[in-house]
Amino acid sequence: MKEDMVELLWDGLLQTLYMVAWSSVFALILGALLGITLVVTEKGGVLPVPRLNRVISTAINGVRSIPFIILIVLLLPLARLIVGTSLGPTAAIVSLSIGAAPFLGRIIESALREVEPGKIEAAKSVGAHPLTIITQVIVPEALPALVRGVTIAVISITEFTAVAGAIGAGGLGSLAIRFGYQRFRTDILLGTVLLIILIVQILQWSGDYIARSIDRKRYKSG
Amino acid sequence: MIVVRELNKSYATRDGKVSALQDINLSIKKGEIFGIIGASGAGKSTLIRCLNRLEQPDSGSVEVAGTNITELKGKELRLARRRIGMIFQQFNLLEAKTVYGNVAFPLRVAGFSKQETRERVHDILELVGLSDKLNVYPSQLSGGQKQRVGIARALAVEPDVLLSDEATSALDPQTTYSILELLQDINRKLNLTIVLITHEMDVLRHICVNAAVIEGGRIVENGPVEQLFYRPESETAKQFVNIFNYYKDANGAEKAAILR
Repeated sequence: MKEDMVELLWDGLLQTLYMVAWSSVFALILGALLGITLVVTEKGGVLPVPRLNRVISTAINGVRSIPFIILIVLLLPLARLIVGTSLGPTAAIVSLSIGAAPFLGRIIESALREVEPGKIEAAKSVGAHPLTIITQVIVPEALPALVRGVTIAVISITEFTAVAGAIGAGGLGSLAIRFGYQRFRTDILLGTVLLIILIVQILQWSGDYIARSIDRKRYKSG
Repeated sequence: MIVVRELNKSYATRDGKVSALQDINLSIKKGEIFGIIGASGAGKSTLIRCLNRLEQPDSGSVEVAGTNITELKGKELRLARRRIGMIFQQFNLLEAKTVYGNVAFPLRVAGFSKQETRERVHDILELVGLSDKLNVYPSQLSGGQKQRVGIARALAVEPDVLLSDEATSALDPQTTYSILELLQDINRKLNLTIVLITHEMDVLRHICVNAAVIEGGRIVENGPVEQLFYRPESETAKQFVNIFNYYKDANGAEKAAILR
């Protein structure tokens, strides 16, 4: 039975990467919208709409307080509606994206808040439009912090895919449960763990590398 | 050039309203360097920030170059702000952009073409003496150089007025003088009206003709700088002059000690 291991792990790895990549893209888009809106609409922000700010903030807290495994179950009907099935990696992408978006929203929010208010005031003082301030000042100034934050979030999404695997998403998490746990295949269990560790290491290393190169460009020799 | 009438501003705090500015009246002539001096918390920063509406006054009016700033909204306010440059104590340069990018920013905002932007940036950097730092990031500049970039950014779109919010307070004395010299030079060359706030009497003495003293949110003295030095009337002005003289004497004594 050992000869099936490589194939099983390879397929699991591909499915996990597929889920992580697409969930990260969608969660990042949703999270960026949420995070930027939270920062600019607060009282004293560049486009203050305090009421909208409160609504979004409360909604984020609401979604974030639901344990992820329960959130997946709650989102199954939505997955069925969007991709036609509630099983498999593609269906999991729907739940993972929506589940991770509020988390990314908070991470992006906190990165953007680190931008010194003085820089935003300087942009205001030259008559810049709020959208210009967002795209030309707030986001670029926060870029290294954003990259570091998004790295944390993508790693969390990787962990989430493993959890989603427990209820039919496929991928390495599913392998670990179905073979490692239910069929006592310790070799597969260890294989999945090693692969997940590898993925996380590569993600962290890439994120650090990108953030560091931005910092180096801005803060050392030009 | 600038007329401030009956300006009032208060802040809401947990203990109720705290008044920051009360019944401010000021008139600043075109082409003049006008100083506003006061101790920390006197309201001078709030006052200068009301001039380009970074702060929203409660009542009263601010007129800059014939436009009533206090009534403007949205696009009109953004257009009016382009006529008013501002420099800051902490420089507030964009770290993600090079010197070129920082100075070009207001030009792009104002819709200048690429060609015009390039020419203006080159000209203005020459004026502030930083032509060789075009592609350098702000983190690699000294404080004085950063403020020069700040000045270049503020002047890039050729505003009518330059507001200076403690622009030399984070700089050493020698750099302070070189920045003040630059402001004076620009004032003469471009006939630019400059409003500067400071807590240093020396800065006033160096480049201002007229000045106002602010104390507890009120203007307590307003007139030629010489008058402030020789016949200070307000408590704040007296204190500042005393401190100034004390240090001048201390320097004299030191020099005497060295000569001996």
